[in-house]
Amino acid sequence: MERHTLMADRNTYRLMLLIIGIVFAFLYIPISVLVALSFNEGGLPTAWTGFSVKWYGALWQNDEILQAARNTLFVAIFSTILSTILGSLLAVGVEIRRRNGKWLETIIFAPMIIPDIVLAIALLSFFSLLGVKMGLHTIIVSHVVFNLAFVCAVVRARLKNFDWAIVEASADLGASTITTLIRVILPVLMPAVLAGALLAFTLSVDEFIIAFFTAGAGRSSITLPMQIYAMIRFGVTPEINALATLVMAVSVVALALSQRLNRGGLPGQ
Amino acid sequence: MKTDRRPLVLISPALLWLFGLMVVPCLLILVVAFFRRGVYGGIEYTWTLENIALVFDPLYFGIFMKSAAIAGLAAGIACVLGYAAAYAIASMPRRHQPMLLFFAVLPFWSNYLVRSYAWIVLLNREGLIANLARWIGFDGELPKMLYTEPAVVIGLIYNYLPFVILSCYAPLSRLNPEIAEASRDLGASAWTTFRRITLPRTVVGIATGFVFVFVLSIGNFVTPALLGGGQFQMIGNLVYAQFLTANDWPFGAALSMVLIIIMLGLLLLQAVITERASGGKAYTDG
Repeated sequence: MERHTLMADRNTYRLMLLIIGIVFAFLYIPISVLVALSFNEGGLPTAWTGFSVKWYGALWQNDEILQAARNTLFVAIFSTILSTILGSLLAVGVEIRRRNGKWLETIIFAPMIIPDIVLAIALLSFFSLLGVKMGLHTIIVSHVVFNLAFVCAVVRARLKNFDWAIVEASADLGASTITTLIRVILPVLMPAVLAGALLAFTLSVDEFIIAFFTAGAGRSSITLPMQIYAMIRFGVTPEINALATLVMAVSVVALALSQRLNRGGLPGQ
Repeated sequence: MKTDRRPLVLISPALLWLFGLMVVPCLLILVVAFFRRGVYGGIEYTWTLENIALVFDPLYFGIFMKSAAIAGLAAGIACVLGYAAAYAIASMPRRHQPMLLFFAVLPFWSNYLVRSYAWIVLLNREGLIANLARWIGFDGELPKMLYTEPAVVIGLIYNYLPFVILSCYAPLSRLNPEIAEASRDLGASAWTTFRRITLPRTVVGIATGFVFVFVLSIGNFVTPALLGGGQFQMIGNLVYAQFLTANDWPFGAALSMVLIIIMLGLLLLQAVITERASGGKAYTDG
């Protein structure tokens, strides 16, 4: 018989199944209701009047949402590009060094562990004090802070069993650092770099608090999560259900893809 | 020598970024907290302890205590639920565990606002629960559900539960079944075995989960605003107001400073606990 981690007789096993059932119901019923309502023709939770995608269509007619979506895409693309470059270089750098001081490890790890609200407040007061006019550009540079840490973590994980001998071989054969980086290290790292970039993109699209604090006043730099926040404060509408479902689907798919890209070992291993 | 300098070229752009946009802004908060508020908002550059003193004014300190109570309640319930779920998952056949874990964590990947919004859909006056109640024949006045404290607590638990499941599952899955078996062979009841053998060896997962949920909850800004309505404030909302509406940056900074000290202090404590626990690996066995 298969060995269970925790021994369980038949009754305990049933109890365990029950617990899993309850917890999964708690986790999935709220979001399932939301998804179901977004396809409800009538749009109300009172009655199911038939399947329809008309609320998704309504999103395309809403200029505010489209503008916010464009802003979000703009922020996500630029913060992803910047953080992928910075984070990947950082990862290669710290892995070459191997022995890193504790402060270095801490400062690289910090953005992933610092609560969003802390970074958001710190950046808001920083930009305010410097008199920086806030907008999409301040959201971008702020997103790079945590994104580069996540990219770095993903790339470093792949570098753990990287054969540094090929780098030395490349240098011995006369390749410059840049050539080695682009022709030798990058191809091996590509899946991890792409996975990191995808993760950064998703985090940026989803991120609300830091964007909210560093966007400055005015409607022009509202991102999609900010738009959703503003809308849901005034109650439930079928459009928000559709928008929320869409946002949820995008992030789950992107993260699943990111995990998939980064699965498996290094080529040739 | 070239090999020594090369990493610095790779590292420094990112480090400069983190230094300029994380370290300096965070230190700035510490400094601003000790300045005076300017007459028209902004900052007047004279040192003072007034802001720190104001944090401990009963009015504001009460908000701190309230936030801590809500965060503690959410973290406590999340730990009970999360541990139970992790235990149940760990007691399933090995081959099903990764999939169960995956689906337990999946909601965590969706947008935070969307997850909070889902509860607005359920709890509002015309929401699903109200409709269900009417449908089963309840026609009295329903108690208010949305924009209450319990709604905030439920929202926090809902958002962070997957995290607790993960942190509790890690030590549970490493548990050596033979120790529990031995305990039962020696005549201990299932409950005694759990209390004396399993729980002490996995309590580190609960501690980690508790600290994270507590830290993320006490500084939370979104859930109280969405599920608590404008009814009450938590520290996050208070800080936000100082910076963006009340325009009292030094006081906002002082509040943030105390909040950051609480958060980082707890995270540090948690790191120490984990390190201690991993020192005793022999108990858990791989």
